[in-house]
Amino acid sequence: MEGVMSHGNDLNLKATELRLGLPGTDESTSKNNKRTANELVKNSELLNGKSDAKARDGETVPASKSQIVGWPPVRSFRKNVVQPKKTEAETGNFVKVSMDGAPYLRKIDLKIYKGYQELLKALENMFKLTIGEYSEREGYKGSEYAPAYEDKDGDLMLVGDVPWDMFMSTCKRLRIMKGSEATGLGSGV
Amino acid sequence: MQTDPNPKKSKDSPSNSDSTESTQSASPFPDDVLGKVLSFLNSDKDRSSVSLVCKDWYNAERWTRTKLFIGNCYSVSPEIVATRFPKITSVTLKGKPRFSDFNLVPQNWGADVHYWLVMFAKVYPFLEELRLKRMTVSDESLEILATAFPGFRALSLMSCDGFSTDGLKSVATHCRNLTELDIQDTDIDDFNGGWLSCFPENFGSLEVLNFASLDSEVNFDALERLVSRCKSLRVLKVNKSITLDQLQRLLLRAPQLMELGTGSFQQELLPGQFGDLESAFSNCKNLRTLSGLWEVTSVYLPVLYAACTSLTFLNLSYAALRSVEFGNLIAYCPNLRRLWVLDTVEDKGLEAVGSSCPLLEELRVFPADPFDQQLHRGVTELGFVAVSRGCSKLHYVLYFCWQMTNAAVATIVQNCPNFTHFRLCIMNPGRPDYLTNEPMDEAFGAVVKTCTKLQRLSVSGLLTDLTFEYIGKHAKNLETLSVAFAGSSDLGMQCVLEGCPKLRKLEIRDCPFGNAALLSGLEKYEKMRSLWMSSCNVTITACQQLAREMPRLNVEVMKDKESDDSQADKVYVYRSVAGPRRDAPPFVLTL
Repeated sequence: MEGVMSHGNDLNLKATELRLGLPGTDESTSKNNKRTANELVKNSELLNGKSDAKARDGETVPASKSQIVGWPPVRSFRKNVVQPKKTEAETGNFVKVSMDGAPYLRKIDLKIYKGYQELLKALENMFKLTIGEYSEREGYKGSEYAPAYEDKDGDLMLVGDVPWDMFMSTCKRLRIMKGSEATGLGSGV
Repeated sequence: MQTDPNPKKSKDSPSNSDSTESTQSASPFPDDVLGKVLSFLNSDKDRSSVSLVCKDWYNAERWTRTKLFIGNCYSVSPEIVATRFPKITSVTLKGKPRFSDFNLVPQNWGADVHYWLVMFAKVYPFLEELRLKRMTVSDESLEILATAFPGFRALSLMSCDGFSTDGLKSVATHCRNLTELDIQDTDIDDFNGGWLSCFPENFGSLEVLNFASLDSEVNFDALERLVSRCKSLRVLKVNKSITLDQLQRLLLRAPQLMELGTGSFQQELLPGQFGDLESAFSNCKNLRTLSGLWEVTSVYLPVLYAACTSLTFLNLSYAALRSVEFGNLIAYCPNLRRLWVLDTVEDKGLEAVGSSCPLLEELRVFPADPFDQQLHRGVTELGFVAVSRGCSKLHYVLYFCWQMTNAAVATIVQNCPNFTHFRLCIMNPGRPDYLTNEPMDEAFGAVVKTCTKLQRLSVSGLLTDLTFEYIGKHAKNLETLSVAFAGSSDLGMQCVLEGCPKLRKLEIRDCPFGNAALLSGLEKYEKMRSLWMSSCNVTITACQQLAREMPRLNVEVMKDKESDDSQADKVYVYRSVAGPRRDAPPFVLTL
């Protein structure tokens, strides 16, 4: 059996490596990859040209070039299936809540709160503390705690600046900051 | 039932002047008796054997055959068929190679039913049934169908293309005796749902109505009236445009349904409506098959529970259910024989299948997100093993996953040695056993060694020639083999061609099989229906050689735009008594 990669002795880390590369590249099917790689691009061109007559959702060529034509062997109408993400409507939007100094984190479902007031009240109850009133100018003054959250970009943001709906969709986790670090958030540097 | 118009006279009388046969038949049975006996034969295989016995039997068989099955529309021509079989009432025709389902065959390749219909209109005025798979059907063809056959009853179109809802209008308007209109997985120009309203107001003969793959909204009142009139309706599969409360009204009209395809299952229902829907379902005492369920939310699944006990086939392949809600549902389905699901149910869901469905014979797990290359959720080898433990009668599996191990497959076939169809698709090409990093050779070796009844096999993962050595050596009942991104050399394909006596369909893509492999099957291909090879290492020269040496094979090549002149990028080889295609488009080279 020529061309077989020997998997016997080495860990063959490459095979289990997570990559963005073309599926099948660098493995024993590499003999075909020259063609497969070309085929990706030219087949997508080929199909783009020829399928304009019946372009429908799901029948159009996948945008990503790392996808091989006709693979996996799933018919086009099956690719339109509603993704589970859409049923998030009933599964809740749970985010972790950490408090500086606390031994473990908590989780809350943002969906059950109708706005910031309810959320903050819930946090106050959960952690037995007072957060205080939000003001755009001074953040949460009058309390040694400040509620912050990590957004989609990974930045630490003060809770309350953006509309509630926007907050709900961008908040990845909550962090209740304490002490001098907290008050530093609201004041100018 | 008609008999041969030139019946053979008894032994002592002079031979019929029309007969060119010089020898007398030794058969003591007069032909009308033979005809009566043969009319009980339904299997094409049996009829084929019968027709080879002697000229009389050939004649008697051809006069009594009413059902025509043509697995490859290009293997024979309408003229040949019309000449041989005068009394056909039912036709099944299959066209394009199966890989056309996955966009590997360009459009306008062929398999147009038109000339067949023109011929049928001439010679089979009593045609009642037409079943087409992977054929191109135009509105014009549907018009012929609708108007040329007064007794036409059943139309089934699976994975077809080329027509629009206008064609359906013709069928609905003119086919007075229609009992079956079954459109599956078919991509058509859906202008609007007006076709359904074309069924006449006094028309009530439908038994099967499936328009699930059409998108546009039909006139619900017309549909409701139609369903009320069709007292023998046993299969109703509606499309997404039908809402839950509309579904409830339909079920009230047709509680006798045996197969139901629901519409969209997403709607804000008032509390009363929920109860109504629930009781509508529980009134359907004959429900055996349930499908559709688009966008189903777990809140509404309980309405199905009452109907689930009698279910033998549940198709959830359009319902992205999670493991818990799916587990709850499946617990109500102890009599399931066939189950199709999405991999959103995950291994946990499959464990529930193993414990709830002891009679399960067929399982298909489809990927909800086939291009999900980063997250790789879905099911794993564990789910498959769990099902095999609980469902010893399992014999048909189609399983899409991202990881598999040799050990798991060995366990699975040990639990279920009766596999007839084993289709495993590990979605990243060339993936080895993820625990041992070895090729998946031993997995498929276990399959072919243990499952002696195996008829169909699809392989995937990192595979060397050893897999194909195993297949050639052990898969003695194998009829269909699908191979992608596998093998190491020509030897692999040669093993299969030399070793599998019952092989009929071989489809290969992206494998290192070349000319030597192709040519090693010279004599084999005439015993097969077809061979497909794409993105392998075959040259045009080798294909020409094949065509030269085997004149009864059609060897067709399609080239990709940018490839080398000598490369035969896509090769399709099939036996034919009709000679080369006369309708091949310019991009199909017939050698």
